[in-house]
Amino acid sequence: MKFAVVVFPGSNCDHDAYHAVKHVLGQPAEFLWHKDTSLQGADVVILPGGFSYGDYLRTGAIARFSPVMQAVTAFAAQGGPVLGICNGFQILCEAGLLEGALIRNRQVQFRCEHVNVRVEQVDTPFTQAGTAGQVLSLPIAHGEGQYFADSDVLDRIETQRQVIFRYATAAGEVTPEANCNGSMNNIAGVCNATRNVVGLMPHPERACEQVLGSDDGLVLFESVLRRLTVGAV
Amino acid sequence: MALFTVRVFVTLKPSVFDPQGRTIVESLHGMGYPAVADVRQGKYFEVQVDAADTAGAETLVREVSGKLLANPVIESFRIEAPAPVA
Repeated sequence: MKFAVVVFPGSNCDHDAYHAVKHVLGQPAEFLWHKDTSLQGADVVILPGGFSYGDYLRTGAIARFSPVMQAVTAFAAQGGPVLGICNGFQILCEAGLLEGALIRNRQVQFRCEHVNVRVEQVDTPFTQAGTAGQVLSLPIAHGEGQYFADSDVLDRIETQRQVIFRYATAAGEVTPEANCNGSMNNIAGVCNATRNVVGLMPHPERACEQVLGSDDGLVLFESVLRRLTVGAV
Repeated sequence: MALFTVRVFVTLKPSVFDPQGRTIVESLHGMGYPAVADVRQGKYFEVQVDAADTAGAETLVREVSGKLLANPVIESFRIEAPAPVA
């Protein structure tokens, strides 16, 4: 299974994602430059965290117009699995591949800590190896991670079960205190209507080995590996 | 063709909470200005474009504002009448 990690000017978690795929998961991985126009046969695309274009204008706003995003959009339209992590999530929202937007954290603080995230749905390529209600300990590192959507969009994505991850307590309770950035409905990650594009603010790629304090993030990568080798479960 | 300056103001939609504006207003209250009822923070752009006339300049800037300068999910924008660059 070939993983592609897209590198934008300012991406700084590209090597973390590459390491998780190549050295922890043991799968082929390649970097793609944002000016590339082909995904070079990738089976999975990861948009990594970082500060593409210095977060100028809005997070992800400029990266969304990079040439490679046309290929990513076509790949997603064909059902290809795409994962956006942190800045990658912001880019997917700006590109319209995911609904909603990420705005400044409610506390106006950059939050850098481990948080608990509850898995809401397990019928996506990036969660199928998990169990519904499972709580993952994942690091966050973002200043603009507050999920926002208009009320009609919010209602629709809730009804269509497109909310994949929610900030929760260690026991899996969704509480205001567990909401690290003020996101609507404690939303930490969503998928598109066809469920193949997933974005989340926490960093699963930085939680793939116990030496990092948690290997809970592995479930996302094992999920997509299972999807590609076995198919949907 | 002539060069025009077009001013674009981008603001968060009223339905979107503005943490920066809230922080500023709280600071102003702390500074002794309780009369300041609210602050909303936005963005301001000066866009220079080459166009045949003011209508052409406005159309172009309206287009790029909707595509890139503002995110219609969370923001709205207004533009001022284009002014010829002296």
